[in-house]
Amino acid sequence: MISSFVGVLFDGFAYGMLLFLLSVGLSVTLGMMNFVNLAHCSFAMLGGYVTVTLMDRLGWPFLATLPVAFLAAAGASAALERVLFRPLYRASDLDQCLLTIGVVFVSVAGAAYLYGTVQQPVQLPGYLRRAVTLGSFRFPVYRLFLIGAALAVTVVLVAALECTRFGARVRAAVDNQRMARGLGIDVDGVFAVTFALGSGLAGLGGALAIEMVGLDPSFAFAYLIYVIIVVSVGGLASIGGSFAAAALLGISDMAGKYYVPQLGAFLIYLVMVGLLMWRPAGLFGRR
Amino acid sequence: MATVSLEAVGGAHGYLRAQTRWRRSEIAFWLATLLPFLLFPAYLQLASQIAITALFAVSLDLILGYAGIVSLGHAAFFGLGAYTAGLFSKFGWGEPLSGLILASALAGVVGYAASFVIAHFRHLALIMITLGMGLLLQEAANSASELTGGVDGLQGVRMRPLFELFPFDLWGRTAYTYSLAALFLTFLVARRLTHSPFGLSLRGIRENAVRMPALGAPSRTRVRQVYTIAAAMAGMAGALLAQTTLTVSLEVLSFQRSADVLVILILGGAGRLYGGVLGAIIYMVARDQFSGINPQYWYFWIGLLLIAVVLFLPNGILAGLDRAAARFRRRSP
Repeated sequence: MISSFVGVLFDGFAYGMLLFLLSVGLSVTLGMMNFVNLAHCSFAMLGGYVTVTLMDRLGWPFLATLPVAFLAAAGASAALERVLFRPLYRASDLDQCLLTIGVVFVSVAGAAYLYGTVQQPVQLPGYLRRAVTLGSFRFPVYRLFLIGAALAVTVVLVAALECTRFGARVRAAVDNQRMARGLGIDVDGVFAVTFALGSGLAGLGGALAIEMVGLDPSFAFAYLIYVIIVVSVGGLASIGGSFAAAALLGISDMAGKYYVPQLGAFLIYLVMVGLLMWRPAGLFGRR
Repeated sequence: MATVSLEAVGGAHGYLRAQTRWRRSEIAFWLATLLPFLLFPAYLQLASQIAITALFAVSLDLILGYAGIVSLGHAAFFGLGAYTAGLFSKFGWGEPLSGLILASALAGVVGYAASFVIAHFRHLALIMITLGMGLLLQEAANSASELTGGVDGLQGVRMRPLFELFPFDLWGRTAYTYSLAALFLTFLVARRLTHSPFGLSLRGIRENAVRMPALGAPSRTRVRQVYTIAAAMAGMAGALLAQTTLTVSLEVLSFQRSADVLVILILGGAGRLYGGVLGAIIYMVARDQFSGINPQYWYFWIGLLLIAVVLFLPNGILAGLDRAAARFRRRSP
């Protein structure tokens, strides 16, 4: 009983950290420019497919593909931001939604065309497939690695936002975009870099997700829902909020699937709608 | 829209009356909807599907195009109507007309309940709440598989002949007549609504929801009313689909269906009732013609089309046609 409880808690937390990596970029960019980017998970999917391709076709080791997944997603998002998204910053929510849904459709169809609709396999190196035994508990190394990676990203992100000049610009742009512009901060430039970084993190998350949740073209839609839940519950532009919301969501989703499997995803959607009604700006949101 | 001085058209009442007058192109359009009986008797099933989709799109247009409520979960009411009509006939009540009205009424009641939530939110929170409610209902239908059949779909739907006279045949003659009549009558209601002071106040709410109460139009009440009407219409469309195809699958509640109808409306032109109808015709005919290609690649083109419409054709095809016509008229005096 207690061991299954710890197992659910651990797996849920690892899953939550994955969701955190996938969603933290969207949380910051949404808070900064109010740009509703429903295509965020398409960049995550791109990262996943980059890793699969590098490992399968070119025989790269798993860990070496991760930075490439990050860079590929960041580069692709920077290009799309410049070409498609920038003209729409002042447009309505609806137009932004529609354009980015269009991008998701194209990316899903493109992935199906290039890779087919089957699940993509990923062969982890041996040292990540083991498990650490601690008393009566068994912790898979890969999930520990996932948690470690997410915690490292969180520390780097918080440090970068709080202690660097660039971070100060980002915070200023999130707090009051007009005032930041008035002070001579190039908000569009800051946004472009933040957008690329956030999508890069999603790409990294997508690459790390393959082992845990698989990868097929429906990824861009399936995880979009989860990412949006994390963002809307955690509040915009709040890294701590995203972290807490992702952990909460991961654990409750795992617990729901383990203890009341007949409910499926019903519980998660119910929690999301309820929380949004109670606090439309999110649990930790300020606005 | 051209600005008209109120005195020139005989005051506010004259303006509203001028708007409701039937134009020749409208009459021609509705006469043309009868053409499939003569020209494409083999495609009446498709024509019936188009009419149903058009009705669904018009219902979304009322809340999105007129009141400015962005919904990513409108399929919830469509599915609700479809399952209600399907379940009614499965458990012995096979009379189509009463089933249609009951399904529509039930969707309206649920829409009324949901509207209390909808009216309180705008922007991102609203989009996410509608999305969440749609997904919630789909999961619920999936879980209640004893009742709905789950992923296998609802089996054993049987329809009695319409008015006990016209059986639903294989060629879809009754199906198209039935769907077209439902579309036309509902369209009349929607047309009357949008040209009434009520419809004008909705447009005001779309532009500025905070200022409208100061003009004597309580925003939230109006939003609740139009949301209920739109839900009932969407439920009717769903019921029509269930009754004419004699099956209901989980797909009627899916996010894909909500997204599809949004695409259709945007393509045709939101904020104009004919936008939804035109979008439905183009979308369904194109999908039928390209049905040879894998549905997954079909969405590639839909995605590209969506991007192109947002970037280059704001307000859809109908507005683009209007602009082209205006330019043509200016050039040839």
